[in-house]
Amino acid sequence: MSENKEMIKVEKLNKSFGKLHVLKDIDMTVKESDVVVLIGASGSGKSTLLRCLNFLEIKNDGKIVIEGEQIEQRTHDLNKVRERVGMVFQHFNLFPHKTVLGNIIEAPTQVKGIKKEQAIKEGKVLLDKVGLGDKYNVYPSTLSGGQKQRVAIARALAMKPDVMLFDEPTSALDPELVGEVLSTMKDLAEEGMTMVVVTHEMGFAREVGDWVVYMHDGKIVESGRPKELFDNPKEERTQEFLSSIL
Amino acid sequence: MSGIKHFFDVFINSLDVFIEGFKITINLSVASLIIAFIIGLFFAILKISNVKILQWIADAYIWVVRGTPLIVQIFVLYYGLTEIILLDKFWAGVAGLAFHSGAYIAEIIRGAIQSIDKGQTEAGRSLGMTSGLTMRRIILPQAFRRAVPSLGNQFIIGIKDSSLVSFIGMQELFGVASTQGSNNFDYLPFYLTVAVYYLIIVLVLTVLVNMLEKKMAQSD
Repeated sequence: MSENKEMIKVEKLNKSFGKLHVLKDIDMTVKESDVVVLIGASGSGKSTLLRCLNFLEIKNDGKIVIEGEQIEQRTHDLNKVRERVGMVFQHFNLFPHKTVLGNIIEAPTQVKGIKKEQAIKEGKVLLDKVGLGDKYNVYPSTLSGGQKQRVAIARALAMKPDVMLFDEPTSALDPELVGEVLSTMKDLAEEGMTMVVVTHEMGFAREVGDWVVYMHDGKIVESGRPKELFDNPKEERTQEFLSSIL
Repeated sequence: MSGIKHFFDVFINSLDVFIEGFKITINLSVASLIIAFIIGLFFAILKISNVKILQWIADAYIWVVRGTPLIVQIFVLYYGLTEIILLDKFWAGVAGLAFHSGAYIAEIIRGAIQSIDKGQTEAGRSLGMTSGLTMRRIILPQAFRRAVPSLGNQFIIGIKDSSLVSFIGMQELFGVASTQGSNNFDYLPFYLTVAVYYLIIVLVLTVLVNMLEKKMAQSD
């Protein structure tokens, strides 16, 4: 890992849904500008872990430290925390009643109180960046899945977050549309965005990831640099998982 | 043939009195439906809140409204309100109609809110929006859009139900028809006449709702 400051630090994180113990004593660190990729089978807890990081799920136990500050539901305004931690969802979750630009300027204007003209200007720059500069005035329903996801990325970026979380951003896409989203994410990584990505795209994990975390049954089984983890997995479970998908 | 001519004569000659009743019906309907909408939105939000006691309050209200006839509600509110807090007849009627429609509108809005994908709320919250802001800016606009056909239907029912306040002495459309019918000992033409007025009102409302639906479908 790089010597940058710690962006996210998770210690002994536990999360249960009723009797189901989904996350068990998770320890993880994400450093600034790093891309951490969470891999593992469905149900291994990787999405839940991601959702705990922006408090869409509230942990039962353990510590979550964001940019040096331990965040607790009781003492912190989680909305403020979420402004700094952007999220991209598997199913895009664009606002269908708003245009592409309307989606992008919604939170900056409503949450941060940025002037509409300013938000529009910045929004158009972001749309250019994700390659959709000409689509600002259309409604999401007219876009392809890949375009929708790129708008969703631009929407999250419009809040100028310090970290971006991606929850299986390409899993709902037709195969031919996966590439455009991954390349947008790669551009973002190259600009130095700190990213935590849950994905099944092992090519992306290997090429863009700085650190790969393999989860199984709510625990982190193994983590390491992509090359080590993919080429020389130490744990038997990791080997089994990798041979089942590669 | 002379029957049809007679009906048209009655229709034309009674225009003046029916216009007065028409105004009252429109005033009653507009006032009661605006209030019913606010009541409905309020109880819909109580029902989807995670607070048990608020849900019970909403359930109790809906139970009372659905469990008793509108005419009973109108009489209870009329005698209750006019004798206790000295409301006039018009507002007692509005209160009865709004109290009634509000429960049905609450259920329509609740259903529409719950039909919006959970991902929409998560997207709003993940951008730092509060739950209130997410509800107002993201969920409700989509829910209303989805509720327009059912709300339009409920509004039509509300307008027709306003005829029941004639029983507390309001001279709205139906009241005018009854009075004219008995004054002239000539019932059928007046009741046919009032039917035409209701048909026209409902036709206009239907067209308006359809236009609204089309306009809102732009983003789909």
